[in-house]
Formats: sequence, structure tokens, C-alpha cells
Amino acid sequence: MLYIPCPHCGLRNETEFHYGAEAGVAYPDPNALTDSDWAKYLHIRANPKGWLAERWVHFAGCGRWFNLWRNTVTHEIGPAYLPFTEQPKSPANGQEGLKA
Amino acid sequence: MSEILFIFDDNNYKGQSGEPMAAALLRSGLLTITNSTYHGRPRGVVGLGVEEPNALVQLVSGTQESMRPATVIELAEGLNARSLTGIGALPELPDAARYDKTNRYVDVLVIGAGIAGLKAAAEALKAGHEVLLTDDQPGPGGHLRHLGEALPSVLQDVLTHKNLTYVPRCTATGLYDQNYIVAVERRSDHLGDAAPANRARIRVWHIRAGKVVLAPGAFQRPLIFANNDRAGIMLSHAASTYVALYGVTFFKRAFVVTVDNQGYRDALRLHQAGVQVESIYDVRQDAQGASVDAAKAAGIPIHLHTTVLDTVANAEGALQSIILQDLNTDEIIEAAADLLAVSGGWTPIVDLATHIGIKPKWSAEHAAFLVNHNTDQLQTAGMLAGDFGGDDDPAIFFGPALDDEQAHNAYIDLQRDATLHELRRAVGAGLHSIEHIKRYTTIGTAHDQGKTSGMLTIGALCQLNATAQDGNSVLSPAEVGTLSFRPPYVPVPFAALAGRERGPLSDPIRITPIHQWHVEAGAVFEDVGQWKRPWYFPKPEESMEDAVRRECVAAREGVAVMDASTLGKIDIQGPDAGVFLDRIYTNMFSTLPVGQCRYGLMCKADGIAFDDGVTTRLGKNHYLMTTTTGGAAGVLAWLEEWLQTEWPELKVYCTSVTEHVSTIALVGPKSRQLLQELVKDIDLSKEEFPFMHSRMATIDGTTVRIARISFSGELAFEINVDWSHALATWERLWALGRPYDLAAYGTETMHVLRAEKGYVIMGQDTDGTQTPHDLNMSWIVSKKKEFIGKRSLQLPYLQQAGRPQLVGLLPELGNEVLPEGAYITALDVKPDGQGKTSHTGFVTSSYYSPTLGRSFALALIANGLNRMGELVAVPIGKKLLQATICDAVFIDKENLRRD
Repeated sequence: MLYIPCPHCGLRNETEFHYGAEAGVAYPDPNALTDSDWAKYLHIRANPKGWLAERWVHFAGCGRWFNLWRNTVTHEIGPAYLPFTEQPKSPANGQEGLKA
Repeated sequence: MSEILFIFDDNNYKGQSGEPMAAALLRSGLLTITNSTYHGRPRGVVGLGVEEPNALVQLVSGTQESMRPATVIELAEGLNARSLTGIGALPELPDAARYDKTNRYVDVLVIGAGIAGLKAAAEALKAGHEVLLTDDQPGPGGHLRHLGEALPSVLQDVLTHKNLTYVPRCTATGLYDQNYIVAVERRSDHLGDAAPANRARIRVWHIRAGKVVLAPGAFQRPLIFANNDRAGIMLSHAASTYVALYGVTFFKRAFVVTVDNQGYRDALRLHQAGVQVESIYDVRQDAQGASVDAAKAAGIPIHLHTTVLDTVANAEGALQSIILQDLNTDEIIEAAADLLAVSGGWTPIVDLATHIGIKPKWSAEHAAFLVNHNTDQLQTAGMLAGDFGGDDDPAIFFGPALDDEQAHNAYIDLQRDATLHELRRAVGAGLHSIEHIKRYTTIGTAHDQGKTSGMLTIGALCQLNATAQDGNSVLSPAEVGTLSFRPPYVPVPFAALAGRERGPLSDPIRITPIHQWHVEAGAVFEDVGQWKRPWYFPKPEESMEDAVRRECVAAREGVAVMDASTLGKIDIQGPDAGVFLDRIYTNMFSTLPVGQCRYGLMCKADGIAFDDGVTTRLGKNHYLMTTTTGGAAGVLAWLEEWLQTEWPELKVYCTSVTEHVSTIALVGPKSRQLLQELVKDIDLSKEEFPFMHSRMATIDGTTVRIARISFSGELAFEINVDWSHALATWERLWALGRPYDLAAYGTETMHVLRAEKGYVIMGQDTDGTQTPHDLNMSWIVSKKKEFIGKRSLQLPYLQQAGRPQLVGLLPELGNEVLPEGAYITALDVKPDGQGKTSHTGFVTSSYYSPTLGRSFALALIANGLNRMGELVAVPIGKKLLQATICDAVFIDKENLRRD
């Protein structure tokens, strides 16, 4: 059970959240893309082994979406940040996450 | 302690309250407790705790829980149990006991109240932390309890510290990410008949700890030799404890076989308790240390470099003699014995550490896998971390070389009756990964999850894998690798996990403000998500079929009323609300005039339709969206996701008002006349109040909003009224409706009425792969504006021919209602060699229509919109029904009835 730092509510159990896959994938101009690029936007998301910036929503709390660094192997939790704000550095580059 | 009586297998036994049931049974001379599951071999107690593989019992008293080890059941007045051959049975009566949950957030959680755990707790307390200490035993002390020794006074003080909570009989069953721990506390079984009636039998602790200290201790392990499963062969620490602490006097002639000094300590305990210890057989060439010296001093004969090879049973199948092998000379010795105490080394309990992915490391010095972890969040202590305390000096030895015949009876997993022979067969079949071998042999998959058999398997594989690979010398256990342990560490009753969330409390129940009226009217309910909705309203003696036909006729020919309060309702406000809805819906809403309603369909970005409903513009910057009953929460989440993460510049607020506004649908040709009796301040005529318009009105002094929306194709009014006034409004309508023969109808009639008009229900007539075009709703797809999913509708695979499309279906036999979900196949296709035909679609909705006087259906059929009039086959069991593809609108194609 992950312990997730909601930027608005603080540390809460994973069961209060829903997952929203990779963060930072902006909605593109649909008409500027080829069929193939549009299909990539629809269906392809990064799924690395290690640190990934992800989208989460605190549905059972404040209802707000935010972004979160998480290690997909160790389940370490890194910093959370609000949409449309500067992304903190990846914890892989020396920044410490909450260790398991 | 006091003497009590208990029952086992219908016989009366005496014991001391609080002692393990296994101890009392052994003291009574009951050596053989059960027969093994598959081989039917007589088996007795082996261990001291949850590692016990044989002595599983079914409680007959209390909750009748099955598969409880007799080694952990505490004797109490009223206890009644029976033996099991490895397979438990569920009681016939519901479990009446109470189960609770609790949540704790603590600075430090210490798991294990042995010396190492207590020391760790003392340190944490000293540092000013709040400490939770859990332990699966009835009291603190760990192995000191088994030795019958008191805690040192400094550790006694730990237990009474104000910042420490000590929970006995509480087993940590799982360690999860970020120090989340589930622990299961058994609170009443040990009290037997004296347990307070209101006490929860089991309490599940959900703990989040800043730091976790794992001090779980270790299990002693057995050895692999032929016929190593007989009653009378026990782990040495268990045997010496039953004899020395619990006064078991049954054993007369004991032998100890050992790989470490623990065997000497246990031999000495047996000896001091009066058991004739014939000899210690030690596999090592040399044995040193205080324990060895003490055993020597007591005059116990010691044979080095010798071990046990086989055993012989008496007439009852219990141990009669042992066959020993001198490893220097290969000389075989047979000796009479009624107790063989085995010390095969210690296996620290690595389970919890491995739950979060920590890999135990092999230590040759300890002949064990250890976990040495020390961070601010997680620390291991005691035997798990390699602190074995004594002078053990164990040999890495799991059993002597056995021939094929011996291997057949050399048990590795006693519960699974899995032997060395099966392990050899697995390796012979080409398996070498321990995970594969576990699944092939079933070793480690029983109730005890390999607590004693896991390490034996690894030990045996050191030899077998080396031989199979290149015939080289023995591998190290580090090279074989460990098994993965998954939670729970011990079996947990489902009742405990459910807690109080059983029966009516298992899921929230949502009811409308008119619910009690429905109940009193005799409605039959159906669950729609968490909602209870009236399904139909049978009159006395009326069948469902008759009730639904009567309700349909009322709606089509007279007037009928339905509680539609469960409709999802989202209030959408803000200067950009219109722009926002244009992007969400496939059709335009910014141009909708105030006071009017429009049906809308929404797609996900992949072009797949997922929800629909009527949205009304209440003001310039104010819309009220309705969604499907089941989709409300998902739609609100969808709207929020786009507003928060893509279009923060839009000034729009969305609020769920599902339970603020109740909706009553009044349907039928006489609905206008009836409603006009109740509504005096607005004119309901079609000229003054056109279809898909919304008007504020007053009913009995209460403001309501009436909308001319029809989900049946009939003349219909939706009365939207404040939740708290809905019942009064409904009752007024009902009273006024008597002269009109007003009928209440439920969801079944609603479905028939909407299906007759070809109105789709998302999730019933769709399977999550339909575009608006597939639903024959191209008319709702705007070409003028951008909306979510539009780009995808241009993708070739969503445009290609042959996609399933929503059509109507008329069964050849008008009295035959096709089952929903039935496959549809082409009529002229011959079955293939296996008697199969390829399907071309399936039935999504199917009913009998009183209006049509026949059955009809909706179906998703490949390329269906271009196959009008085609006859298709619907195989039902051995029957091959036929049906004709037709337009999905079955009545009033011209939309004349709604006005």
C-alpha cells in the first residue's frame, strides 16, 4: 500500500487515489498529427523500469490531480508536484525519495 | 493456570488453561494425531508453533474455524476440536462472531517480542518514540517462554513503558510498501467460554509505521531421511519444550540427531527432565562449545559424523526404532527409540522482509538465509539478522544420501506428502528453478507455506541441481536461491478481513427519497451500482411478465410514473461552460438556448462512446448535465480530469447534484392532463411548452423544474424536485392519478419502452468498442467543431467495414424472447469440422413488447446497418432460432407520439 503525498492533503493511503499513467503528456493539436502519431498519443505511454513521473488523482480526498515521481521497481515515492508547475528533478539524479 | 477439560475427537482430555493443545494431547499419550492427506500415514506433532505441518485441527466449538495448528491453540474451558487429514471444512452455520479493524500510525513498530524485539523497543523508547510491539505468542519473551525463563527485569520495564503498546496474539501477516503492515490479533478464542460476548474475535490492525523493526525469530528445521515423518519424530526444540516445560512424560528412549549445538542443548533439557537420552548423533566431524561440554558432563553419549538414515514403525505406525549411519565407515546401526529429536539448524523467518522485495542472503556460517537491513525505515534484529545467541556452529547438512527406495518415503513437505523422490523427478524433468519445482511438486504450497519444507527443498536442490547440470560438486544454497514468500504469513480467515463489512454493510446502499413508497407498493428491486431501483411493481399474484406488460400498456396508452432520481446529475457553471461542453460532447451545446434541453453523447479520446444523457441549459453560464445512473461518478471524474490537467484556463465548475434533485418521469398520452391538475402556474400545452424545453413551475408551493424529455417516445414530463420534497410530490401525483389508472413502473418497463424506440443504453447495448457511427448515431457527430474523440473517428480501423453496428432484430417466432448476450451467426454458414460456426454478433437487449405484440431485440451485428432484412441464426442450446435484422426503431419512427 503506497503512502502518497497529496500536495493538498498530505500523506494518504494509496486506496484514496486513482492512477493516471505518465505525467507531462500534453493533449496535442489533433489535426496536426498523422494517424500514426495520433495513435501513439492515444495508446503509447512510457513504462520504464525505475523512476517515472506519473499522474495521480486524490479522488477520495480533495479530488485534485497532481504529478508524482515514483519508482516502478522499488515503489519508492519521490516528490509530488502540481500540474503546470516546474517538474522537480528525477530522484534518480541524486534526489532522495521516501524509501520503502 | 487452572486445570480444564477439553474435547478432541469426541474424547475428554485434561489440560492446563492457556497451554498449547498439542502439549496436553502429548501429555495424554496421544502421539498420532491424524493421518496424512495423500499417503494416509500416521502423523504426530512436529513443532511448537505456526510451522506445525501435521497437527492441524478443526474447531468444533465457537466459530468452527478449520486448519488451526494444535500447537498454537490455547486451552480454554469449552474447547472442542477434531482432527483433520489436511483438508478443513466450512461450518454449515454463518459465523456469528464479531470481527473488527483498527488503524494505527506509529513512530516505530516492532514485530516480535523476543529478546531482540524488546531490546529494539527499549532503544526506540529511549529515543522518545512511540512504539507498537506485536507478537504472535500469548506472552513476551520469544524463546525464553519455551525455556520457561523469566524476562530480565530491564526488559520487563519496556513492557510497562507509557509510550509502548504491546499486543500479544497479534501476528504481522504482511509488510507492504512504505511500512504498511497488516497484523491479525486473536482476541477471544483463548478465553473459551469465558470470552465476553461483545468482544471481537479477531481484530485486524492496519499499521503505518515510521520505522519497522523485524525481530521474528526462526524456525528449527528437520532433516531429510527415509521415513522421517513418523509420529515420535519431532524438532528437538519442540520435543524438549513439551517434555521440560509442559511435563510430557510419554517418551522413554530418546535419540537426538543434530547438525548444530542446539541439539545438545535440547538433549540436555530432555535428560534433565528425566528422559533417557540414548545418544546424540552429530553429523559434524567435530563439536565444540559450552552446550557440547554440558551434554558430555551429563553423561550423554555422543557420536560424531553420524546421522539418521531411516526409521522403523511399530504396529500403530509410530516410531519404534531408528537406523543410523556412521558417515566415516558407512556402518549401519539400528536402535530402539520412541522419540527422535531432530535439530537440522535454524531457518530465520525471512517472510515479511521478502514481502517488500528484499532478497535474503545466504550465510554459510549460520547455515541459513539472513536479512541484514538497517535503515531509518527498516531494521532487522535477532536471528533474522544473524544473532543466533548461542554457540551453534551448524553444519550445512540437510540429510544423508538416499537411494531411490528411501527417497520415496523421505518427506520434504509433510502437509503435501511431497518427497525427495518427487523432487528428483522434477529435476529429472528438466526443472531447476526453485519456483518451478515448487509448482511441479507442490512443496511449500500447503497451509504452512513451506515454513519447514522450503529450506529443505533448497538444501536438496544443492545436490540435485549440481548433478543435473554438470555433475559437479554440491551447489551453495545461495546459488539455488530462495523461495518468494507472499502475504499472508499465516492463514487469515476471510471473516477477519471482511470485519463488519458483511451482509447489508458489505457495500453502501443508495436509495431515493421515494424508496419507502416503492417498498410499501410491493416493488421488486434491482441493484444498479449501489442504487436500489424498483424493477417492477407486481400486483398481488401477478407475475413479472404480466406486471411489465401492464406497466408498458399504461405508459403507451394511459399514464405511468417512474422514479428516475438515480440519474446522475452534474451542475456545470461558469462563463466557459458552453465551450467546455462543446469539447466534451460530440454535438454542440454552446448554441443551446437557455431553457432548452439536448441529448448529448460523449466519447473518450479514442473515439469510443462511453456515456450519454440530456443536458439542460438553465442560464447563460449554467447547465445541468444528466448521465447514466451507473456512469455518474466516472463522468464527473472525466470532466474534472480535463479541466484540471488540460484546460485550466476554462472557467468552469462541476458539482455532483445527483442526491440534491429527485427526478420523477410522468409518461403517457394522459400525462399532460394529469400533470396540469397539479401544476397551475404554467401551461403544459405543446404550443406553450415544446418538446425538449424546460420550465420552472410550482407544485404545492414548492418550486420544481419540469422538462419535456422522453426516454420512451411517449408524451412525457420529467419533474425535477428538491430531494426532500420528492416523496410529497410523488404521493400527490399518485393521489391525483387514481382516476387515470396511473401505474408506477420500474426499470424493466423503462427498458422495454426505450428499446422499442431504439434508444441505446451505454454499457448494455455497447461493449466499449462502439463509435457513435457504430450506434447509427452519425447525426450527433458535429462536423463543425472539435471534440474529444473526433480525431480518432478518422482513423482507418474505426472506419473499416465489418465493424459491429447496433441494429434491431425480430425473432422469427414472436413469442420467443432471445436471451441477452446470445451469439448470432450467419444462417448459411456450415459448422466446421469441430461443429463450430463463426459468430457475426450478439444480442444486447431483448424483450417482449406488448405494443408490438411480439418479441424484439437490439443487437450488435457486423456490418449490421447494411444487412437490413437479412435472416440470421441464434443458436440457443440445441435449438437454432432465426431472426431478421431490422431498423432499431420499432415504434413511432416519425416521432408523433411525444407531443
